[in-house]
Amino acid sequence: MAETTLHSMKAGEPPRPDGLQGIVADWSSDQRAFKSASWGKAMMWIFLLSDTFIFGCFLLAYMTARMSTTVPWPNASEVFALHMFGADIPLILIAIMTFVLISSSGTMALAVNMAYRKNRRATVILILFTALMGATFVGMQAFEWTKLITEGVRPWGNPWGAAQFGSAFFMITGFHGTHVTIGVIFLLIVARKVWRGDYDRGERGFFTSRRGDYEHVEIMGLYWHFVDLVWVFIFAFFYLW
Amino acid sequence: MAQAEAQAQSVAPGTGEAAHAHGQQHPIGVYLWVWFWLFVLSACSYMVDYAELQGYLRWGLILAFMILKAGLIVAVFMHMVWERLALAYAILLPPVAVLVFVAIMAIESNYTEVTRATLFSGGG
Repeated sequence: MAETTLHSMKAGEPPRPDGLQGIVADWSSDQRAFKSASWGKAMMWIFLLSDTFIFGCFLLAYMTARMSTTVPWPNASEVFALHMFGADIPLILIAIMTFVLISSSGTMALAVNMAYRKNRRATVILILFTALMGATFVGMQAFEWTKLITEGVRPWGNPWGAAQFGSAFFMITGFHGTHVTIGVIFLLIVARKVWRGDYDRGERGFFTSRRGDYEHVEIMGLYWHFVDLVWVFIFAFFYLW
Repeated sequence: MAQAEAQAQSVAPGTGEAAHAHGQQHPIGVYLWVWFWLFVLSACSYMVDYAELQGYLRWGLILAFMILKAGLIVAVFMHMVWERLALAYAILLPPVAVLVFVAIMAIESNYTEVTRATLFSGGG
């Protein structure tokens, strides 16, 4: 167990300094800089940071295209409206997708909590709910793509305005949807491991061959919350702006 | 922060070092509140579009709700408030570079648009 989760902040040790002094002390300690995070968690955070740059660059490219074109940008509010109950409701599908993803983030946070309480049953159920909502999200995205493609949206043009609308839309939502899909797959893997009790016995994982423990659920949660986080920015900049 | 950690330890009785004395254990109520606020904030940002607000009011509200939601997710769901500052700064500071990039590209896009408007009067 110590092999995967070396916590140098043990109970008997004197407390480490906080604030800016703490940053300097941790980074200059000539050991691990991240005293409270295991290597697995630190690596997930660094991966998420790199992913932040990827999505940041996508949104940046979208901003550049939208700001520099002299052709009017299609009105997302109308493009993504659905005809329901005899009226066009703006952005309704996107709003539902947003709520589904936020709900899945909520169940994931509870799953992490239950995992640290070693409540295997609750953890598995909550992770499966998270995965189900993630799959629902991807399904609705597939519906949205189909609708737009039928209406003539292509990466090189669309019926309503600036041609870059399609390329930005497919690139950004496609990359995000891929992230959600990969997340769902890994959620199912983690759920299976929790169900079998792998983390109680410290079984070695198929990927790193290191002993697993319930912190894996939290690391999986970091990824899942990040996917939700990216959607917050896509929702604001692409759909609402 | 030291207090929060001490609290987290007391919430998890009988767990040794192997079971993460410093694992992220917090009362469930915290998560439920954040979940609730994420719903409210999402509803608010949807209402910005539904009410057809325009101009700086629209953009300001979109950004405000977005930042609040992102902050809640990172701080509580991803446990960043309970991590040590050495990690928080290492992860949260580098994205500032993206904001610098945004500023550069905004200036560049304005220039491109002016050039297109001037040289391709039919739209480019």
